[in-house]
Amino acid sequence: MTAYVRRFSRTERLLHWVNAAGFLLLLVTGLVLYLPSLEVAVGRRALVKEVHFWGGIGWVCALVLVALLGDRRGLLRTARELDGFDRDDGRWLTGRSAPQGRFNAGQKVNASLTAAFTVLFLVSGLLLHFGEGDTRFRFASTVVLHDGLFFAATALFVGHLYLAVIHPATRHALRGITVGTVSSEWAERHHSKWKPE
Amino acid sequence: MSGDDSRPVPREYQHRIGRGVFLGTVAAGVSSLLWGKAAWDAVSGVITPVAADIAPILPTSGWRIYSVADHMPTFDPASWRLSVGGMVGQEITLDYGQLRALPAVEQVSTFHCVTGWTVRNVHWRGVRLAEVIGPAQPSASAHALHFVSAEIPYDDYLTREQASLHDVLLAYEMDGKPLSRGHGAPLRLVIPDMYGYKSVKWLQRIELVPQPADGYWEALGYDRDAWIGHSNGYGT
Repeated sequence: MTAYVRRFSRTERLLHWVNAAGFLLLLVTGLVLYLPSLEVAVGRRALVKEVHFWGGIGWVCALVLVALLGDRRGLLRTARELDGFDRDDGRWLTGRSAPQGRFNAGQKVNASLTAAFTVLFLVSGLLLHFGEGDTRFRFASTVVLHDGLFFAATALFVGHLYLAVIHPATRHALRGITVGTVSSEWAERHHSKWKPE
Repeated sequence: MSGDDSRPVPREYQHRIGRGVFLGTVAAGVSSLLWGKAAWDAVSGVITPVAADIAPILPTSGWRIYSVADHMPTFDPASWRLSVGGMVGQEITLDYGQLRALPAVEQVSTFHCVTGWTVRNVHWRGVRLAEVIGPAQPSASAHALHFVSAEIPYDDYLTREQASLHDVLLAYEMDGKPLSRGHGAPLRLVIPDMYGYKSVKWLQRIELVPQPADGYWEALGYDRDAWIGHSNGYGT
């Protein structure tokens, strides 16, 4: 019988899926606004723009609410885990094998980049929105930043999706982020420095 | 588990790199508001031809398609008309065949959008405004032109002086092909010296009026005189 250990708390999972849902909504509506072929096919630009804008506001608010109403101490602990890199993480990132904790070094980098992209999406999105009616918020580079973020975030997302649902060695992790637990045998193999409580 | 907050941080975890990645990325992103467009303009000439080959769905030509109504107007060559009215000696109406029979001109010009994107060397073909307006005998006291789009409620205005700039065009072809639906088929205004919102798409009526007024975007705070680099908060 397989033994399971708890990898992600309820708050962590909720935060992940709220983030994923928001990102997907904004990706889909953003593509309609961005790709000429979709824009011509769908039309209704004003409506799609509203959904994209309020979806973005709702996304960030939902993330903040989950963090505030959920297990704050646990999230802070997780943030410290994601922040800290040791020698093994350095080895891992340069392609050598090295024992990893609950998060491997790639997941730590992914978390930092994802958080930074969210902040930048929000800032550039608000500038696009308010810049439409007020020249003080209008910069010629805002649209370049927002589009660049789309490309960077989508690349990160595609890589994340590949590792989470396709790559045989890592896709077991999907279980951890959905039901919370992973097999202890898998945890030992991929995250040997992690000592589940 | 609140108890382990007091746990000493293991020695090997002392490189606080995650926050550096986060803050560095945010700082680079925010500062790019100052250098992003210049950097993109510098590299896009190299990137876009490659991207056009590997991902033709992307707006690699640089164009974004903006519209304001729920549905873009559909062009039917049989029923389409362009009318010229207002303060004129004689109201006129052109069908698509009559429009295409007018003397055609071609020009290559750069298209700037007020939101920051630019498309260089756009090949336009169409007719000069004077060819369409002239036969209607505009009144001397009409100091502006009102361009009305089939995309309701989009419209905009130019002064007679602005409208008579040498490269103002009523375009029906872009880059060798009839104007596509997204670009305002079958006819759009092109005024290269001004931001794109002045270049009304899906043009269906031109009215001679006493003075310019606020068009669609000007009612939302944009400048009537949309000179590139000298309006809408840029270079002013």
